[in-house]
Amino acid sequence: MGMTISQKILARHAGREMLEPGELINCQLDLVLGNDVTAPVAIAEFKKLGIDKVFDQSRVVLVPDHFTPNKDIKSAEQCKILRDFARQYEIENYFEIGQMGIEHCLLPEQGLVVPGDLVIGADSHTCTYGALGAFATGVGSTDMAAGMATGEAWFKVPESIKFVYYGRLPRWVGGKDLILQTIGDIGVDGARYMSMEFTGEVIENLSIDNRFTMANMAIEAGGKNGIFAADEITLDYVKKRAKRPFELYQSDPDAVYFDIKEYDVSQLEPVVAFPHLPENTRPVTEATHVSLDQVVIGSCTNGRIEDLEITASLLKGQKVHPEIRVIIFPGTREIYLEALRRGYIETFIEAGAVVSTPTCGPCLGGHMGILARGEKALATTNRNFVGRMGHPESEVYLASPAVAAASAVKGRITAPWELEPERGFHYEI
Amino acid sequence: MKYSGKVHKFGADIDTDAIIPARYLNTFDPRELALHCMEDADPDFPQKVKPGDIIVADKNFGCGSSREHAPIAIKGAGVSCVIASSFARIFYRNAINIGLPILECEAAAEGIKAGDEVEIELENGHIKNLSSGEDFQAMPFPEFMQGIMAKGGLINYVKGK
Ligand code: SF4
Repeated sequence: MGMTISQKILARHAGREMLEPGELINCQLDLVLGNDVTAPVAIAEFKKLGIDKVFDQSRVVLVPDHFTPNKDIKSAEQCKILRDFARQYEIENYFEIGQMGIEHCLLPEQGLVVPGDLVIGADSHTCTYGALGAFATGVGSTDMAAGMATGEAWFKVPESIKFVYYGRLPRWVGGKDLILQTIGDIGVDGARYMSMEFTGEVIENLSIDNRFTMANMAIEAGGKNGIFAADEITLDYVKKRAKRPFELYQSDPDAVYFDIKEYDVSQLEPVVAFPHLPENTRPVTEATHVSLDQVVIGSCTNGRIEDLEITASLLKGQKVHPEIRVIIFPGTREIYLEALRRGYIETFIEAGAVVSTPTCGPCLGGHMGILARGEKALATTNRNFVGRMGHPESEVYLASPAVAAASAVKGRITAPWELEPERGFHYEI
Repeated sequence: MKYSGKVHKFGADIDTDAIIPARYLNTFDPRELALHCMEDADPDFPQKVKPGDIIVADKNFGCGSSREHAPIAIKGAGVSCVIASSFARIFYRNAINIGLPILECEAAAEGIKAGDEVEIELENGHIKNLSSGEDFQAMPFPEFMQGIMAKGGLINYVKGK
């Protein structure tokens, strides 16, 4: 019997030839990640072990990104725990603000995650790195503590669902729409315990930034991980960054899947997820009646350079609607600098948006753009649970940067083609 | 390890808010959490649960947030094991990591009734319904994971290595 990419990566890290779904195994880890919310708890657990070093100082990554630059005294204390720990244990990859970024944008960019890796992170969106052909999954703080100490973690070998996307991807439709459509189809627990493997002709031509967006939201369908076979597009991204050697895996032709889902994307419209679950999806043309108070563009889902590129193409020469607040968050310092060089930041500010230093900020209702009671936001983030971005009676709609940018101009949810796309940028993949 | 106790039965999709509501998350103390364990699914549970009792539930037990407080509350209440058709992924991990024995077995989840006396053997996954005489077989945990549960959780297990 053949194996899927996910099973192969787990087998390799468990020192095994073959694995069956459902088996429980112990694996060597390539990387252990924590942030300013989860790492302090893990550090407290780690200290109970009474050991004087982590398993490998180059393979523990600490990123203060959720409430940084420190939003209040409590978050300052949390971040101090990270900083003190990083100094005391000589953690090489601690990213102080100024070097930092949103963890799931930052780690791939810094070449810390490479294809074939096995990564755990005490953050549910750790699954983002599947875009590079790595097996990456979110865990609790205790797992992180033990991972830092031993460089090992236990796993239950997941079954895989194969998602096949075929047809011609329409203009204005990208990775965010594909993953929202998929979650809308299978539901928020449609891939519980499972690996989501993204394949098909559309995926083969999909840019790495769009792949990150898709892998990022695997958890929103209950998935253990989301994964793509590494190819030329992956190598283009990885080669100049990788800090370690890497291995490329393909699923065997006779690999066994729990299910195979096929989607013809030729007629797909940009997708909007309505409150309060990512599975409440509708085509954008059925959402254009929704008026907005705020638009947020950024996060570990859509805060990368291509996301800012399409946003800039739509905001160029436009003004944001006078009754709307538009907040744009580049994912990392490198992305921020690149956007600056390309003139996007000027475009955003001239249009009337504000641009923030990289942080999770409003994505989790942390700071930098919280919603009041009854307010509505359209965001390029990944979760629209009750109260996710502020008051429990506020609402969050999820969509792509293209829909978000067009909506910023019109003040209501807007299809990108309403803004005369012939002005310039053609979003074709 | 053998455990036996009386069964408390729950339905499908019991989420972490039902196991331990968010309003009690200002503590990590298992005894305090136990006072509110399963309260939103069965208000009398904290009063009637006895040390050694067993929870049997339908699919997707522990769905929702990744809070480790959920398995801690159940363990704190003295529950010796949770048997379910299936567990939500992060709950499953957290339960084992904090040393709460769990077994996944659809047939047992269906066949066992509230109030039954049940005996389980964690090593081999045997589940025996002492009230009806029925036997069930769950997939047993491998040795190293039994080691984690025997030590009362991952941190103690790592410490002992
Ligand atoms: S950007 Fe949002 S989803 Fe991503 S890591 Fe930060 S809080 Fe989590």
